[in-house]
Amino acid sequence: MSILVIAEHDNANLVAATLHTVTAAQQIGGEIDLLIAGHGCEAATQVASQIMGINRVLVANDASLEGLLAENMANLVVSLAQDYTHVLCAATTFGKNFMPRAAALLDVSQISEISEVISADTFVRPVYAGNALAKIQSSDSIKLITVRITKFEAAAESGGSAPIETVSASPDSGLSRFIGLSSSKTERVELTSAAIVISGGRGMQNGENFQMLESVADKLGAAVGASRAAVDAGFVPNDYQVGQTGKVIAPDLYIAVGLSGAIQHLAGMKDSKTIVAINKDSEAPIFQVADYGLVADLFEAVPALDEALSD
Amino acid sequence: MSMKVLVGIKRVLDPQVKARVKADKSGIDLTNAKMTMNPFCENAVEEAIRLRESGAIEEVVALSIGAAKSEETLRNALALGADRAILVLTEEVLEPLALAKVIKAIVEKENPDLVLVGKQAIDDECNQTGQMLSALLDWPQATFASKLELVDGTAQVTREVDAGIEVINVNMPAVISADLRLNEPRYASLPNVMKAKRKPLDKIELADLGLDTANRLTTLEVMEPPARAAGIIVETVGELVDKLRNEAKVI
Repeated sequence: MSILVIAEHDNANLVAATLHTVTAAQQIGGEIDLLIAGHGCEAATQVASQIMGINRVLVANDASLEGLLAENMANLVVSLAQDYTHVLCAATTFGKNFMPRAAALLDVSQISEISEVISADTFVRPVYAGNALAKIQSSDSIKLITVRITKFEAAAESGGSAPIETVSASPDSGLSRFIGLSSSKTERVELTSAAIVISGGRGMQNGENFQMLESVADKLGAAVGASRAAVDAGFVPNDYQVGQTGKVIAPDLYIAVGLSGAIQHLAGMKDSKTIVAINKDSEAPIFQVADYGLVADLFEAVPALDEALSD
Repeated sequence: MSMKVLVGIKRVLDPQVKARVKADKSGIDLTNAKMTMNPFCENAVEEAIRLRESGAIEEVVALSIGAAKSEETLRNALALGADRAILVLTEEVLEPLALAKVIKAIVEKENPDLVLVGKQAIDDECNQTGQMLSALLDWPQATFASKLELVDGTAQVTREVDAGIEVINVNMPAVISADLRLNEPRYASLPNVMKAKRKPLDKIELADLGLDTANRLTTLEVMEPPARAAGIIVETVGELVDKLRNEAKVI
């Protein structure tokens, strides 16, 4: 078996999701090549070659890959896929964007967001907002797979020395143009890789009140997240959202504040190791998944928590 | 030039209903379950109707692929404002690749300027059909759209991505997949529900399209996820911090 893992990176470094995807590939077994695609991605290529257990790092560094448009990414993947039995990418918005496009061009059915590897052709994936797990067997000759990264540990990011080989990018499709990306700049640890996350819901009432959570997050080295309701209400930007339609995370500690716990939110955080719920409504569904529940007004409890952590 | 939008719609288990795994592990028990339009498809329908209301396009055609009961979901789309509907009838549950092939066949008959779909179905959570359709058509794609503007024969699309907000510009025709913040879907008024009953709805048998829609994946079993152990209620913030430090050992 031979596996191509498509790396996600910001030109300088790999996104942590890539290391988790490598672990999923290792569980399938066989030689693993890692593809770095982008424009100006030399530094990321060097970082990638250090990962343990990589056979080769393939690099496609071309102006047509600026912005990693789905059309050009899919064409690149298709040009390489014939040499592999499996092509894997993290089920992030990056992977979800071009992987199905590549799958259709190869005439294969993608297996989305696997949470477990059973064998080289059989995988488990969550469906229905994580309320069921489907065991799926693929009959396609090339298996295109996206990986739910919270279900696989990170591979060792150093200790390897894989050779780097250049591959050709496909010509620009001309179908689409990258205009720009705006990120909510934060000094804080990234939501999907944070060991501790504190999230607020509609109960936060406004964006300013999220500063209470930021203050607690500072003391815990935590990331700050939010429910869809809080994002829809404009309290915080979309990249804070945890849930079926936002980010799926599984930190060691998840603190849910003023957040009811809709099925769609639980889908994004219920694999967290320890869950804390702070809500004044004792009937809120979030308490059903919480290890520790505190029925209290968040405007009293969060400042008290902040103070207790200062001790 | 009269522009047309085709909107793909899936009938799914109501998002407020918790899915129950069948005792024989063959799938989810949908017997007598409340079904509804997939929430992301509601956003796609809403956007198509707004484009028509703004004068940017002239016709909204709703398409669904599924069992006869999907007519109910299409009638809902007609009540919301779609002009007519097409139902491709099949009792099979098709994979996204097969769905994309079916939609492509309809696109070739209808020649829309834009196809709008939901970014994912909340049941199988594949998040594939729009991307696959655009690949098969060799059209551009714009997934996870939270804003759509038609500018000089192109579509300027704001996309919600993990890192923040991305803007791309795509040629038309294009396939666009809707995220939840694209718009706030309206409710159908009673008079419009009545009117929808008389709007045209064409039915096509899947077999008549002559496509290879065989599934490539086999579901071996569907299982309940492991349940979380019951938690405890703490009385004070002090007790909570103590438990987190000394019991869970996570801070």
